[in-house]
Amino acid sequence: MRAPEKTRFSWGALFHDPIQLFGAASFVLLVVLAIAPLKDHFSEWRRYQQQYVQMIHIRRDSVKLMRNFRPGIHQIWIPKAGVVDRCETCHLGLEESSLGDVKTEPFGSHPPIPHQLTEFGCVVCHLGQGVATTVTGAHDSTKEPDEPLLPARYMEASCGQCHHSPLMGTPTLNQGRALLAGYGCLRCHTVNLPDGSTMTPTDDPPPLTHIAEKTSRQWIYAWLKDPQSWSAAATMPNFLLSDAEARDISAFLIANSAPQPDSGSPPAPTPAVDSSAASAAQIAAGQALYGESFCASCHAMQNAAGNVVGGNLGPELTGIGSKVKPQWLKSWLSDPHVYDPKTLMPHFRWTSQQLTPLMDFLESQTNSSFTANVHLDPATPGQIAHGRQLVNEYGCAECHAIRGVSKPDNFAPDLSRIGSKPLAQIVFVAGMAHTLPAYLTAKLQHPREFVPGLRMPQYTFTPAQVDALATALLALTDRSFTMPRKWQLATPTPSNYRPAGQAGKLMADLNCQTCHRINGNGGDIAPDLSAEGSSVQRQWLDNFLKNPNTIRPTLIRRMPKFNLSDPERAILTDYIMTVYQIPQIDRDSMPDSGYPQALVEQGKEIFYSKYACQSCHMVNPNTDRGYIGPVLTTVGSRLTAAWIYAWLKDPQALRPGAIEPNRNMSDADARALTAFLMAQKGSGKEANQ
Amino acid sequence: MTRYLLILEMLALTICTGCSHHAPPAPALQATASGSALAVSSGDKQLGTPGAPLPQPLVVDVNDDQGNGVQGALVKFSGPDGVRFDPAEALSDSNGEVSTNVTVGDSSGRYPVEAITTDKKGKALHLEVNEMAAGYQEMLGYQVQRKYCSRCHDPNSTPEQVSNYDNLAVAPHSFDQGNTFNKLDDADLTSIISHGGPAMNLSALMPAYGSTLSKADIRAVIAYIRLVSNPPFEAPGMVYAMR
Ligand code: HEC
Repeated sequence: MRAPEKTRFSWGALFHDPIQLFGAASFVLLVVLAIAPLKDHFSEWRRYQQQYVQMIHIRRDSVKLMRNFRPGIHQIWIPKAGVVDRCETCHLGLEESSLGDVKTEPFGSHPPIPHQLTEFGCVVCHLGQGVATTVTGAHDSTKEPDEPLLPARYMEASCGQCHHSPLMGTPTLNQGRALLAGYGCLRCHTVNLPDGSTMTPTDDPPPLTHIAEKTSRQWIYAWLKDPQSWSAAATMPNFLLSDAEARDISAFLIANSAPQPDSGSPPAPTPAVDSSAASAAQIAAGQALYGESFCASCHAMQNAAGNVVGGNLGPELTGIGSKVKPQWLKSWLSDPHVYDPKTLMPHFRWTSQQLTPLMDFLESQTNSSFTANVHLDPATPGQIAHGRQLVNEYGCAECHAIRGVSKPDNFAPDLSRIGSKPLAQIVFVAGMAHTLPAYLTAKLQHPREFVPGLRMPQYTFTPAQVDALATALLALTDRSFTMPRKWQLATPTPSNYRPAGQAGKLMADLNCQTCHRINGNGGDIAPDLSAEGSSVQRQWLDNFLKNPNTIRPTLIRRMPKFNLSDPERAILTDYIMTVYQIPQIDRDSMPDSGYPQALVEQGKEIFYSKYACQSCHMVNPNTDRGYIGPVLTTVGSRLTAAWIYAWLKDPQALRPGAIEPNRNMSDADARALTAFLMAQKGSGKEANQ
Repeated sequence: MTRYLLILEMLALTICTGCSHHAPPAPALQATASGSALAVSSGDKQLGTPGAPLPQPLVVDVNDDQGNGVQGALVKFSGPDGVRFDPAEALSDSNGEVSTNVTVGDSSGRYPVEAITTDKKGKALHLEVNEMAAGYQEMLGYQVQRKYCSRCHDPNSTPEQVSNYDNLAVAPHSFDQGNTFNKLDDADLTSIISHGGPAMNLSALMPAYGSTLSKADIRAVIAYIRLVSNPPFEAPGMVYAMR
């Protein structure tokens, strides 16, 4: 066959000549076959692997690093968790601890965490597409059902998928959860956790059942319009009410208020309550009592220097004289349970001689500008009816007890899986980043901006609080529900322990558990009392209840004096000494006094030299300056020997989380120190005051 | 011909404005004064979360020769990749102060940040401050040391956390004192923390924490100490040939 000199390409010719056709087809096939290897050869991840090899070549441990390096696609496969992660194809140094100083991504080592990469993979915490082998595919894809990477600032959210109780290393997540519980979020929104439990609110909104006794309609109106202008720390959000709405809600609340029940014992005849008449001396005496009763442990108040100081368990008391009615204040201070049976405020047993100056002091704290511009005409029935309707619409009863208004059901969206909300379901406002964190952040800052007519109120969170809340919300993922069982950590079941009997009633009246935790239930601003009966001596406890003095010099919150009667004190002392015992301590196993002088001396020697306890404690107030731990000058009259001994051997066994270090003491050292400490009885005067 | 040129020029112009669409020209800040010294007022050495703004703004002072604040001096901020400033440049206020919110990068570690202004002669004045981002381990270490150690080791006293520092017969070091801590390697630190001061011939006023803290907690405290130490801690050199 003779090839033509000059071939003009023609499809027709090609199809007629089988050899040419075969040649062309083979060529096409070759090209097609070459595409895959070529694409592979020039792929992004290969480039990263080449760069990685170049980088490790110049490092001191390059031999080891090279040995660990394997070219090709790497994959972590954890079928039970649905993890197929190829991230290590490019992130080649993740498991090389010696690459900790490498800042050029993607080659640095993973910062140390308590988990193994091979055990959990990457996307469980970082989100993104584990199977993808391109940077954008893995990091930024927003195609359904893909998730873009979780930004580093919310990283603690990932811990929260399995860890439902606070971890020491996740302060942001812990703060976010505390905010969710403390700012009423959980009163409207349900959050179910994977173990079947439900997150519970910790805030304490007051009942509005008898509100007309407490305050004026003008004050309610101004408060509704802007709670934070009354107290920056107020947890009540701003519902952005119109003037008419605030007018009608305040009208309804006053009209709907019932008289508060009688306290049983009629109040002693009141000297006319008129703050203008109160002498400066009275007010000063009241202020002194405010200090002595440690009201500031729970309540904040603006001081002379203009700083708001005090705790946040109760409402801020700046301007309280312009908020509450004198009659109400008197009744409240006499016994707060009459107005609010569930209040956290203790029933102080102030005498009427104490009450008058205390009231004078509180009433002298005024802020008249708050209601200065509020002028309300008497309410009409129409306004009251409209007010009731608004109270229903805004869900006021989710937080507050309101007569005749029941808690609405399914009032706000369930947030149990908000951390996996598909982007397609989100209506983004123009100009905002199309990511879930951006949406949550914006929603927390300007809840009404998304759709007009939304009811979610406006909070005044700081940027750090918004980040914390977003972190807590981002932890509520679909994945947290589908995780392998063994990764799921149970939420500790909250204790609802309340002491029983007569003592229980008394302790409820005093609200001991507002500050003290007992058997898992209660506050944490004062020591846990679950083992109090094993640790202290009876005489000391009785004296302490009579006249609480502080054990720790540096505490700003202290035990108030309740003016307990002798029988009341006896009931409490008996109950605490017999019921709050722990089995590890046998009070009778060691005597509380009578140790040989030599042993006491030996204890003193190691107290000051070997263990240098004086760095935190004070035994001899003239020479010791230790300031962190309890003062030990009279410890021999306060604690039992058995407790001291057990405490020295292992403090955390008696009080988990105690900061006293466990010194791994020998029995002999612990005995000698116990003898020395039990010899610190004080002059006997302090102990029996 | 000229007409063509004109059309071409207009075309080029439209294209160019199209290109620069993403960066609308910010009204350039014009310094109205200049100082002779830069100093940190507050907000340096903060410990933040990776990728998040630091809790407090960074505030620097522009001062004149007498140490008085200068108003109207232009200060520019810059930092390593990933660090953002809001604003990145600003004029000093009537106290000579310039304040910016710093967002640290996505990885944990130290972020040296620079403030620059020019003095009267046009010479650049540099001020370098350090900010820090704590990863999980460093954050854990921060929390652990705040609970167990800082009462003695931190001389700053607040009503919530009263310092015991002044009551100790032998003064401990604040954990950012690189000159002390950088001389101690990880094994030394572990030994002091686990077995107490006497383990390294130091005072018994430093208690032993080996039976109180877990190994992970102790490692975390060391990671925290390494992060905050000033001058910075240099990990034993890993690179032997720099490019
Ligand atoms: C009761 C007070 C106290 C507490 C609590 C304490 N230290 Fe110390 N620490 C000291 C004193 C005092 C020294 C100085 C010893 C010396 O220089 O002889 C010291 C020294 C040290 C040193 C050696 C460097 C230096 O500062 O001189 C390290 C490291 C150290 N402490 C770590 C810790 C850690 C970590 C904790 C918490 C787990 C802690 N310390 C808790 C008192 C304390």
